[in-house]
Amino acid sequence: MNAKKIFKQIVKNKNSLIGLIIVIGFLLIAIFAPVLAPVQNKNNPYQMPQASYQVNPTAPNAQNLLGTTENQYDIYYGIVWGTRMAFKVGLSVVFFALLIGIIIGGAAGFFGSWIDEILMRFTDIVFAVPSMVLAMVIAAMLGPDLKNMMIAITIVSWPSYARLIRGDVMSVKEREFVSATKALGASKRRIFLRHILPNAIYPVVIVASLDIGYIVLTAASLSFLGLGSQTGTADWGQLVALSRNWILGTHGNSFEYWYTLVMPGGALLLFVLAWNMLGDAFRDILDPRTH
Amino acid sequence: MAKYILRRIAFLPLVILGVTCFLFFLTQRLPVEARASLYIQDPRQMGSMEEVIKKYNLDKPFIVQYGHWLKNILSGDLGYSESANMPVAKAIKDYFPATLQLALAAIILVVFFGVLFGVLSAVYRDKFWDNFLRIVSLTGFSLPIFVLGLLLLMIFYGKLGWFPPGEYGFSSDLIIHSPTFKSYTGLLLIDSLLNSQFKVFLDVLRHLILPAFTLCFGSFALMVRVMRSSMLEELNKDYIRAARARGISEKRVLFKHAALNAILPIITLASIQFVRLLGGTVIVESVFDYPGIGRWGVACAQQLDIAGILGFSLMVAALFVVGNLAADILYSFVDPRIRLK
Repeated sequence: MNAKKIFKQIVKNKNSLIGLIIVIGFLLIAIFAPVLAPVQNKNNPYQMPQASYQVNPTAPNAQNLLGTTENQYDIYYGIVWGTRMAFKVGLSVVFFALLIGIIIGGAAGFFGSWIDEILMRFTDIVFAVPSMVLAMVIAAMLGPDLKNMMIAITIVSWPSYARLIRGDVMSVKEREFVSATKALGASKRRIFLRHILPNAIYPVVIVASLDIGYIVLTAASLSFLGLGSQTGTADWGQLVALSRNWILGTHGNSFEYWYTLVMPGGALLLFVLAWNMLGDAFRDILDPRTH
Repeated sequence: MAKYILRRIAFLPLVILGVTCFLFFLTQRLPVEARASLYIQDPRQMGSMEEVIKKYNLDKPFIVQYGHWLKNILSGDLGYSESANMPVAKAIKDYFPATLQLALAAIILVVFFGVLFGVLSAVYRDKFWDNFLRIVSLTGFSLPIFVLGLLLLMIFYGKLGWFPPGEYGFSSDLIIHSPTFKSYTGLLLIDSLLNSQFKVFLDVLRHLILPAFTLCFGSFALMVRVMRSSMLEELNKDYIRAARARGISEKRVLFKHAALNAILPIITLASIQFVRLLGGTVIVESVFDYPGIGRWGVACAQQLDIAGILGFSLMVAALFVVGNLAADILYSFVDPRIRLK
């Protein structure tokens, strides 16, 4: 199926169209973050500005459109730059996890026999622990910061891509055009890189890019647990964590600080939901049984 | 079949070995002082740092240290958890029942709502209820459980005061820790009934509802989807048409005939989900300050309590691997068409 046809199907389905629009909306926010929320700290644009040195959050007002959270961090700035952060984390984790997955899964599928056995048992080991728990443990041991959190999520994400690409490589390997190239005397490297990989890579790239929502969710969970970015970084998970002390409100007004939780939580929910809506549609389009 | 199970069981220690080896390798980056906790049972027995380093080969190459640690593990000594202030083995034993109770409560909710909503959306296929439930389960799939948990706390604890966090309240605490309260299963919900302490039972239930619901909301979506497609498949079969032709009421056809057959894949899915829930309690437990193994694991990770981290991941990995194997075997028993290879 070509890209044009897939796009047509996506637009035709109401759910996936909504998902696509929301994702594009977030992408625009991420691209135009410096315009939407002018950078305050030139050395680190992800650093959220503080309205004052008070601890208590303040409700939305003219200066802080969405209010401020604990320690007076501006929520609007945090959400706008948090969008860019989400794409940065999602895209780089997907890229590196795919790269590792393609190398290991490709090698396992192409060479087969004992290389396959060893590499696949290696992925089994990563699969043996729930990914959230493993990511948490790795992030903790590497030390809590943004880069280490991304490494941790990459380590737990690649095995599923490796399995996928392995299966695809194994099936493409048996096709006639590969035997034909072999008969023509092409080198192993050429057969793999020029003939097998381009024909096997397509589904796994789609699956992986639709995982961005899930990856951002995992990253937010780690940040929420204090195993991600440094305090004050524009990051949705951390904004939610900052709301933790304020969910009970004040005496007589339980919902006084609702915006500290609902604003960043809503952004995160919308982002993940949009990706899942897109992913749902893709699964239907790519699944031959539903046609 | 027996061969398959034997091969899988033989593979278990290998997986555990791989996981621990990898995590142990990661600990090598950390300072010697932090690593010493892996070998110490009681902080008081610790002499000077040089003695400890020498005694436990902390200056030797990786493979020697790993072998030494493995030997300790096999003899049941998992080191001392600083964050729990007790030996790791005791921490696991103390915290696990609470997590088991939470996961059991959640899986009951997951199966109940999953089957109910699955049948509903199959019966009302492409009508309002089907679409509505699809949106609900998609939201459940996407809603970060820590956001949901905090939101529920805000409403049901902050505003209404119905469901407080924790595992039980202060008055139950006194009863549970009194000498007359006997622990049979470790699950307080059951123990309180066996001790005929109904107040404690209600109190524990009150504390369990929010975390169990939060945990359930994150994973019932898959159940709904599987139940829906399984139900649709059954409804298209001849015996359903025959039942309807015999004039059996629609309710009876749906629930006594179709749903009972459609529930088969749910059984195995539930066992897989259950194992997953045990690992997924990490966030829920720390949001609701629920004293289970997940909250302890998070505390270990936050405080870099290495003995705790390794013990926790060893425990979770063992549970996960054994649980998944059990689910696979169950699968082939429930549905004889599936032959494991």
